[in-house]
Amino acid sequence: MFTIPVLGIDYLTFLLMAPALSGLALLLMPEHKTLQRMMALVFSLLILVYTIIIFYGYIALSATTDVAYLYEVQFGWFQTINATWHLGMDGISASMILLTGILVPLSILISFEVEEGVKMHMALLLFFQTGLFGVFVALDLMIFFLFYELSLVPIYFLIKQWGGKNRMYASTKFFIYSMGGTLGMLLATQLIGWSMSLTEYGMSTFDIVAISQYWPFIREGSTFLGQPVGVIKALAFTGYFIAFCIKVPVWPFHTWLPDAHSEAPTAGSMLLAGVMLKLGAYGFLRLVIPFFPDVWVADISLFGALTFNPATLFATLAMLGVVLGAFSAFGQTDIKRLVAYSSVNHMGFVAMGLAVTALVYGRMFVSGEATQFEDAIMATNGAVLQMFNHGLSSAAMFLLAGAIYHKTHTRDTTQYGGLWVKAPVYGAIFIFTSMASLGLPGLNGFVSEFLVVRGAFPVFTWLTVISMIGLLFTGSYILRGIRSVLHGPFNMKWADYHLEIDRREMIAIAPLMVLMLITGLVPNWILATINDSVMRMLSGLLG
Amino acid sequence: MNFMDPNMFLWLIPMGPLTAFLIIALATNRARLIPATDPHYGGHHPDYDGMRVPVVRDSSRVLSITVALSGIVMAWILSWRAFFAARALPHFGEEVLGSQINWMSLGNGFFNIGVLVDPLNATLLFMVPLAATMIFVYAIGYMAHDPRQSRFFALLSLFAGAMLTLTVSDNLLFLFVGWEVMGLCSYMLIGFWFEKESAYKAAIKAFTTTRVADVIMLLGIVYLYSLTGTLNFRDILWNQATLDMLTTTPAILFGGSLSAAELIGMFLIVGTIGKSAQFPLHVWLPDAMEGPTPVSAMIHAAAMVSAGVYSIIRVFPILEAGMNPHVGEFSASMLLMVFAGGFTALFAATIAVAQFDVKRVLAYSTISQLGFMVAALGIGAYVAATFHLITHAFFKALLFMSAGSVIHGVEHGEHHAHEHHDEDEEDDHAHHHDASHDHDAHHTDHHFDPQDMRNMGGLREKMPFTFWAFLIGGLSLSGFPIITAGFWSKDEILADAWLGLSHGYAPQTFVFIMLAISAFLTAFYTTRQIGLTFFGKPRSAAAEHATLGAPIVNITMVAPLMLLSFFAIVAGFVGVPKEFPILGWIFSREGNPFFEMVNHSLLHPTPHPYFADVLPAVFTSFAVALGGIGLGWLIYIRKPLEAGQQDPLINFLGPIWNLLEHKYYIDELYVILFIKPSKAIAHVTSEVIDRGVIDGFLHLVARTFVFLGDLIKVFNAWLIDGFGDAIPQGVGMFGEWFRRIQTGRTQQYILLTALAMIVIGIIFALSVGMLSAQAVGF
Repeated sequence: MFTIPVLGIDYLTFLLMAPALSGLALLLMPEHKTLQRMMALVFSLLILVYTIIIFYGYIALSATTDVAYLYEVQFGWFQTINATWHLGMDGISASMILLTGILVPLSILISFEVEEGVKMHMALLLFFQTGLFGVFVALDLMIFFLFYELSLVPIYFLIKQWGGKNRMYASTKFFIYSMGGTLGMLLATQLIGWSMSLTEYGMSTFDIVAISQYWPFIREGSTFLGQPVGVIKALAFTGYFIAFCIKVPVWPFHTWLPDAHSEAPTAGSMLLAGVMLKLGAYGFLRLVIPFFPDVWVADISLFGALTFNPATLFATLAMLGVVLGAFSAFGQTDIKRLVAYSSVNHMGFVAMGLAVTALVYGRMFVSGEATQFEDAIMATNGAVLQMFNHGLSSAAMFLLAGAIYHKTHTRDTTQYGGLWVKAPVYGAIFIFTSMASLGLPGLNGFVSEFLVVRGAFPVFTWLTVISMIGLLFTGSYILRGIRSVLHGPFNMKWADYHLEIDRREMIAIAPLMVLMLITGLVPNWILATINDSVMRMLSGLLG
Repeated sequence: MNFMDPNMFLWLIPMGPLTAFLIIALATNRARLIPATDPHYGGHHPDYDGMRVPVVRDSSRVLSITVALSGIVMAWILSWRAFFAARALPHFGEEVLGSQINWMSLGNGFFNIGVLVDPLNATLLFMVPLAATMIFVYAIGYMAHDPRQSRFFALLSLFAGAMLTLTVSDNLLFLFVGWEVMGLCSYMLIGFWFEKESAYKAAIKAFTTTRVADVIMLLGIVYLYSLTGTLNFRDILWNQATLDMLTTTPAILFGGSLSAAELIGMFLIVGTIGKSAQFPLHVWLPDAMEGPTPVSAMIHAAAMVSAGVYSIIRVFPILEAGMNPHVGEFSASMLLMVFAGGFTALFAATIAVAQFDVKRVLAYSTISQLGFMVAALGIGAYVAATFHLITHAFFKALLFMSAGSVIHGVEHGEHHAHEHHDEDEEDDHAHHHDASHDHDAHHTDHHFDPQDMRNMGGLREKMPFTFWAFLIGGLSLSGFPIITAGFWSKDEILADAWLGLSHGYAPQTFVFIMLAISAFLTAFYTTRQIGLTFFGKPRSAAAEHATLGAPIVNITMVAPLMLLSFFAIVAGFVGVPKEFPILGWIFSREGNPFFEMVNHSLLHPTPHPYFADVLPAVFTSFAVALGGIGLGWLIYIRKPLEAGQQDPLINFLGPIWNLLEHKYYIDELYVILFIKPSKAIAHVTSEVIDRGVIDGFLHLVARTFVFLGDLIKVFNAWLIDGFGDAIPQGVGMFGEWFRRIQTGRTQQYILLTALAMIVIGIIFALSVGMLSAQAVGF
């Protein structure tokens, strides 16, 4: 246990407190917009520095030890229900924390363009960061749930207060959609926590590590609240499954996303797409796969004719997300909706990778045989790396969409056209970022998509083959986006507008571009860390 | 790393152009703003009245050219150094140059990437940087007046860097990286004049069409990787156990009727069908000439399409799938190549006959010649395919750049003719022009097509140098016997096909017949092109005044043609069969040098056809080349076309001419088959499914709740009178809340309440935690 105190507080608790306290400090600041903006930026940059220290500290520490979670801290918290303040991080959390740490200052920098309610806007972004960090380091289900819900509130208000024309509809839809998912999740959390007393652990607990270790082995034939264990498992599984499917989002739970993303202010879209969607994928990886290995591979029979298991169902939905997301993006004429649908398409690959993990991990649990173990390693690595990569590229795409929207006050792509003449630098950056999003080899997205496809092909062969249609149309909608914004004769309507990217926007996107290139050329700077944890997680069942 | 070590400095080969790209993109691409009507912003760019547009600064122009040239020349020097260092290895083939690094941690091991020079890619290392450098030099003059010349050189450098990455890569993944980056570059360069509708459409078409193939190729790569655990060429192709495993494993798809090697092979071949523009994915290549001509040369010769053929030559042992075509055994993947290549060769050649655009004829000839290579590989003519790849690159680069000079000259002539004309008509034109920003003087008239051969004629006298360069390239493409490179490489393919034909094998027979007819047509349409362009009398004022322009432009556009003309002739002499009378004694006393070298790229070298057995093929080569040229001469050179006269073939071919001129209506067919349905599906998924079905369902649920909430609220107020049960009240609030969306009012206090909740929540969480930590003593 590495509880090394900073100012009397351990590393991870400090990580959670820092953004929240910064946000509070901002709220107490005098009404001076520039000061508020600068302070918000300084706070978030300090947090970024701290995140980087944590990230490389994790890498250094993990080389010296064989423990799964580092910086671990645990003490009693909500003792009536045996919930503890249990935090810790592994390589997967580390990459997500780093991503969050990078994106928040950049979105704060972009939010400099906000003129109304500056203080509140910045504070909300920082509160949001606390919520996101909390989910990534939680090792107790109650803490996980708390932060999972907490992250919802700031972004809801960001959309509602600073969003586009249709923001009321979008924010409410987003909130209810997510709340609808988490209701089931709360129920599932309680079911699991209480029924832990039936396992060898012998008492109810919400500790994620303990649950992963004992709960899957809950005694067959025993009953809980008068229901057989199988029913409890299925109920809990469904609760989590739907909650996280909404968050990822997996088709067909995705319709909140285009509305929320397109109506949110630029910074909101950046964090929403960049980090928040990963909470769902992270939830699958941290909770649903380790808790329910047997459920993933259990046969479901539909009308006695069609037999499938939840992992295959998940892969099918992932494939549909890839394909239909790409088609939908292809059909958009709203630049932000186009980028939003690209998230459905890209997160489909994350889901595809996780489906492979779930199936192989489940089979290992049930039969003890490590068939297709290699494929699962590839797919899981790919999925986690894709989470990171999509965070970079979608944030950058939203930044660029926001930049052009801010100048033209329209998101309608048919109103653009030929802007490259007046905005040569913007055009070059737009194409670079689009190519990262398209998955051009040499840039980040390709590495992760390649790994997912590599892992999924032997396991879900036909689904992977069909999802190639999605990959093809990824190209089509990206090119359509480039064409509608940059190519063609210049629309003289904008002749007197300033269209070139601002210096502030350039500073904000430059780190993302550098990371996209580096991750594409030398992925191991982050993949090595992810791979370690993925290996540990998947070999856990091998004994 | 010690970069003096020949195994190591291979890493540096692509670095020159790649660094040049970065430097130009980041540093030497400075622009100044000038009014869009300024003559410096001319050519292919539209006028924007009253708007200022960026034009590259002269200093940036010079610096960019310098940087780009330094990059590619550095690559050239290193490539040739690698080539000669590799040639010097005692058993080059079995021994190769190369080194590797760990790239990705996966599981307990690594995915390695590395560089490799074996005899196969050594030939490319000889050709690619040479041709690329010539294209760069040519572009100095050709793009001298373009307002975005720096960007052009940046992209050209990236293009060359990607091709060299692909060439030296020792694994399929990095080959794919170079492959796709080239796809990006071709997209950017085809659409370089992005304001033109035809240009950006062609760019999108190129990228999308090749991507169809690329995603399928990606499946081949991942499948190969999942079976062998590596993508390294030597580990797979020089390992009999791995190859045997691939041929004995049933494929994961199609019920196992194929072997894994065949399925992987077919996936990879589809990649080539896209990249090297084979039927049915050939449609992008003819449109790709919308880009500036140096780009066409890059795509058609030095890089893009060569990469497609190179990749299948590279993985040939997998495609063979344990079969031996030389004894009549064919795997499914080989047959795919036979049919795709053989059919495309003839199909594209017939279209080329009926085109009037000087670059379009060349584009179809490229498709056709690539068909030769693919078909050759399909019948196991490994070395012949490589040979044709190299010679074709030289003469096609030459032809494209000569055609570029022709277009450049005719555009100049058009410019001249207009000024001349205007002076006669209207004395105050110059003044008038300045005042009203007249289009004509700086922009090519929209009704005049400088690429249409019907507007040319007689250019032999106007542009003699270009004529000779084009003639050499054209003769080489036609396979003019003995003195041209094209003859030797084509002959090699026909010889291999003949050998199979003489044993009665059907695929070789098919290939021989298709290729012989195609070769005849090639000679014919090339002669037609030369006749229409260079012979007879000028058929337009533009052709009358055609000239290359200023001396500096002139030199940079002429010098590359000279060097390429040289290679378009002599490149063939490295592959003369040993037994060929006289020439064999001169060039190949120790055996056909090209064959002996490249053949050792294979673990099991292919047999060389014995010259005496394939004499009929040699005679066929002579006959089709001379026959085609002769027929072309009869129709187009002996009696050159006159102004306003119709192409004599139109009457002769009748309705077939229409079919050919419209390229068998395949573009139109694809619009109906693919493009329109895709748009319809996109509409269905986003509007019908998402907004209609899914959101419709959710809205229904929401309305039901609102309704229930209202009902319960009324019920409460009326019956229970405020004595609310927790559940109906909750639902009521839910409904109430949902209604607020529709009224659209913002409530500030909710924001504050929720913020308070967050803050309290965090404080609560932390304080309870702290307190209990002390209590429990964790």
